[in-house]
Parts: sequence; C-alpha cells; structure tokens
Amino acid sequence: MDIFSNLALGFEQALSLTNIWYCFIGVLLGTLIGVLPGLGPVATIAMLLPITFGLPPVTAMIMLAGIYYGAQYGGSTTAILVNLPGEPGSVVTALDGHQLARKGKAGFALFTAAVGSFFAGTVATFLIAGFAPPLANVALTFGPAEYFALMVLGLAAAVTLAHGSVIKAIAMITLGLLLGTMGQDLYTGAPRFTFGSNEFADGIDFTALAMGVFGIGEIIRNLESTEVREPIRSKLRDLIPTREEFKQIIMPVLRGTGIGSLLGILPGGGAVLGSFASYSIEKKLSKNPVPFGQGAIEGVAGPESANNAGAQTSFIPMLTLGIPSNPVMALMIGALIIQGIVPGPNVITEKPDLFWGVITSMWVGNAMLLILNLPLIGIWVRLMTVPYQLLFPAIIAVCCIGVYSLSNNPFDVYLMAIFGVIGYFLVKLDCEPAPLLLGFVIGKLLEEYLRRAMLLSRGDPMVFLQRPISATLLILTVIALVVVLLPSVRKKREEAFRE
Amino acid sequence: MLTIRNPKDFFTGLLLLAISAVFAYGLFELPIGTAYKMGPGYFPMVLTIMLTACGLAILANGLLSDGEAVGTIPWRGLIIITVSVLLYGATLKGLGMVPALALTVFLSTFAGHGWDAKAAIGVTVVLVVACVAIFVKGLGLPLALFGPWVGGY
Repeated sequence: MDIFSNLALGFEQALSLTNIWYCFIGVLLGTLIGVLPGLGPVATIAMLLPITFGLPPVTAMIMLAGIYYGAQYGGSTTAILVNLPGEPGSVVTALDGHQLARKGKAGFALFTAAVGSFFAGTVATFLIAGFAPPLANVALTFGPAEYFALMVLGLAAAVTLAHGSVIKAIAMITLGLLLGTMGQDLYTGAPRFTFGSNEFADGIDFTALAMGVFGIGEIIRNLESTEVREPIRSKLRDLIPTREEFKQIIMPVLRGTGIGSLLGILPGGGAVLGSFASYSIEKKLSKNPVPFGQGAIEGVAGPESANNAGAQTSFIPMLTLGIPSNPVMALMIGALIIQGIVPGPNVITEKPDLFWGVITSMWVGNAMLLILNLPLIGIWVRLMTVPYQLLFPAIIAVCCIGVYSLSNNPFDVYLMAIFGVIGYFLVKLDCEPAPLLLGFVIGKLLEEYLRRAMLLSRGDPMVFLQRPISATLLILTVIALVVVLLPSVRKKREEAFRE
Repeated sequence: MLTIRNPKDFFTGLLLLAISAVFAYGLFELPIGTAYKMGPGYFPMVLTIMLTACGLAILANGLLSDGEAVGTIPWRGLIIITVSVLLYGATLKGLGMVPALALTVFLSTFAGHGWDAKAAIGVTVVLVVACVAIFVKGLGLPLALFGPWVGGY
C-alpha cells in the first residue's frame, strides 16, 4: 500500500461522523481548558482521560489528540494575551507575543500563531504518514535487547531535557520505574510491593497517578500564588494581516516547521525543544527593525510553528516504537494500554485503521482549530479571566468523578489524593514529575524486555553490546549522559533553561 | 557538625531514602533469582539500589553545596484539598454522588481566600448540578445520586 491509499483509509476513519464529532469535542474541550489559568496540556489530558475510556480505541485516541493540540493552542493564546504561558512550549511565544499584544497587535499575533500552527500541523501530518511505516518496519526486526536499549536511550534523553538537576531527573525516572513494578509480576504472578493489601494487587492505576500529580498537585501549587490575570482586550478585530505583514511570517513559519518536526521525533523532544530552538534561530536571522523581546512577529511565527510541528511528530516514536518522548505521549500510551492495545511497531499492521485514523484526524483537528479559534477568540479571552478561586473546586470535582469512574473503587480516589501531595512536594523540591510519569509508563515493558533478553542470552549481559543496534543505542545513551554531566555543558545548559 | 546548606536537596535526599526504605522492606518477600532467570525481585532490587544511590548523592549535595530554601508551603490549602478529595472517596458509596460531591466541593473552597459562605454554597450548587448533568445524565456514569446513608439505595 502506498502512502495515499493509507491516507485514504485514514480519512475514511477520521471523517466518519462519530470521529469527527469527538475530534471536534476534543479540540473544543482542549482549547477551553487550555485557556483556563493553571492548566497545561498534561493536566488537561490527565483530567479528561477517563472520559475516553468508554469510547472505541480509534475514537478515544482521536479525541485525546484533539485535546492535546487544542490545549496547546489555548496555551499560546494565554501566552499572547496574558503573558502567562499555560505550558512550557509556549514560554517563548509569550516573550514577543505579549509585547505585540500590548502594542495593539494581539489579533495579528493570534492569527500568526493559528496559521503557523496549521501549516506546521499539515506538514507534520505528511511527515508522520511518510516516516512512521518505514520506522515501524525497522522496529519490527528489533529483539528484546534492542527494545531495552531503545527505552534506556529514551529515558536518558528525558533526563537530559529535564530542567534542573540531572541526578534528580534520574531519581524521578527510577522512582517511576519502581512504582511501575508494583502489582503482579508478569512471569510468576507473584504479588510485588502489595504490603498485604488487595488494593495494590493490580499495581498503581496510571490515571490516578497522573491525575494526582498533574491535577491535584498543580492545584496545591497554584494556591501559593495570587497572581492577577489581565488579558489585553484591544484590537482583536484586526485578525487578518496586511500583505507586508504576511510576508514577514512566511520564512519563520517554514523554518519553525522544519526545526520542530525534526526535534519532535527525537526521544525526549516534543514541543518544548523545538520552540526554544526556533526562537533562538529567528533571533539570529531576524531583519526586523523591531528587536526581539519587544514584539517581533518572527518570535511568534517560528516558535509557534515549531511547537505544533514537534507536538505532532512526537507521535512518531509513540505510534511506531511505543516509546513516549514526553509526558503527553506517556499519557497517550497509558490510554492505549487501557484500551487493550500494546503500543509498538505492530500497531500499524494490526490496527491500520487506528494508526492512519489518528494521523489524518490530526490534520482534520488542526483545520478545526483554525476555523474554531479565530471567531471564538472573544470567548476564550473572557474565560482567561475566570478567577482561580472558582476554578479549582471544579477541577477537584472533575478529577474525583473521573478517577472513581475508572473502576468504581474509592481506593483510586485515595491514591489520587496521595499522589497530589507527593507531586506537590516533588515540584517544591525542584524534582520534575514528568520523568516519573515516563518511567512509570514504560517500567513494565522495560523489565519484560530486560528479562527476555537475559533469558535469550542465558544471563550474559554482553548481549546488549554484541548486537550492533542495541550497542549503538546504548553508546548514544552514555554519550548523552556524559555530555550533560560535563561541567562546561552543565553551565550552558543551566543558562539555556534560565533564559 | 554538619549543616544543611541546600535545604531543597537535603529534603529530596531524605524523601528518596525513605521511599527506598519502604521498597527495600517490600523486597524481602520477593525471590531475586539470577541474571539468567530473574525472579520477581530482581528488577525492583536494581531500581531500589539506584534510588538509594540517587538519594544519598542528593542528600550529600544538600550538605556540601549551597542552595535555595524550600520556601513556604501552603499547609492550609494542602490539607484542605487533600482532605476534601479523600472525603469524596470515603463518602461516595454511603452518601451517593450528590451529597458526597457537595461536601467535597464546599470543603475545598476553604482552601482559597476571600470566600464567604454564600459564594461557596453557590459554587457548590452550580458545580454539583453541572457534574450530575454532564457525568451522570450526559455520559451515563453508573453513580447513585443518593446513597444508603441518606435513604437512597
């Protein structure tokens, strides 16, 4: 089958009435929650995860993907209008986007973000369609040793890209992996770390963990600050830019799309890295008389395109290898597993409708975002001013109902509360919870591959170095870790994150 | 005499060591096996050792290098939020969804600032009605609106 018949199969799925409806709901809910204060894509997806469990897998994934880019777009909107980036990917958008808004060019900045995102999304969709199948074919030849090495590399990449201390990120991944081992052992069925309680027999529920750390934990953290949000209301009507202005954004959008797509594929990448890289490149190339940081439109066009391109191409390792490159993809993998689908290279051949349906729905969803957001911007602006006071009881209510609905077990509610406290303290102590989630999601698989590889090699750990692909991946892992630990790189890295 | 020079790292280290200790205790009942035929305890054992090592390193950093203070913790909000969530789990089966959710939401509003009872009751009513409409009527979640403790079934 060539790429076009595959895409046709995908569109058949994505354009079915049910799926288009759920895609729409996802995009709408995602944007709606994304513009609300204190809620980024991860928290949004975690909160809405339980809603999708009753849906068929294709529809559920389409809706979740819709929520993801909806929330991301919502984050950009708040970044531009209130100078409060809702998610790390739009931190750089806030720099120039908000300055533009202050100069009365909010409409132009929002238009640029929307169009740039749409263009990047379109390109990324085709990239996924083109690159994912061959990558999956390569992955099909992987044995357990290669898989183990690939996962280790993925986790190492997560470490290098985490903010702050490297050793804390390693500790968080390890803790995530450990929490993932709770429950029945895959091989012997022996209960592990259940401490005599039946409630732990199936291990810790992934959704309870994610909702606790990213939902409840965030609420507690937000109670610390009493920021006032004042969005800029002026000149939203001038959405369509002049020809001159339009010319200004073309090249940054193209460059941003390229950079974002590339960095999104890398394990540990995703949206954030791309937007930062794009911003610094645009800053160097800019011929704009307006300096960066004071409302240069390139500083919105490039990063926003990169952001969205990266968000989409990060689906490539998730869909083809079953490896999450960022916490959002970890949530997606968790959702797939709950749907009874083991993420990995087999998904393309065994569930082509799911694979191609999700990919084409991304394009459909991006088109919806464009159509939906430009006219609805007035409503989003009003939502941004919802005081957090009114908001957090609602988040708590949704989280409580959602987590209970997983298995109608009050224990999941207790777990969520406990992980909320843990999540809060981890952030407070500068330990990022995102690597913890990554570790938790792939912990069981990592162990399975390790045990299988060791069984095949009769207990000889050299197997990981004798197989060329696995050896290469592990060497890359070591290089990645050594590089971040080098004193000179460490300093630069700290500076880069501070910027 | 050791002094805590980097409180954030110091407490992270302590926390990680405490967690490692819990897992180490749990490891006792698990057969470790060999590298060839790993038992259920092998992989967790490696991880526990790694976590302990990380904990010790971070703890040492907390004593040997300077760093920021942990900062103030909103204990009031933290406790109220946690208790209100726990309350939902504890009362849902007995009270049913409507009273349990109302209690949780009402209690949680006290975590914020500047609420008066009227506003808190108003938000509670609106949220409970909205949640019943969306989750029970709309999405069809199998939740009893009123439980046995208040005369439901």
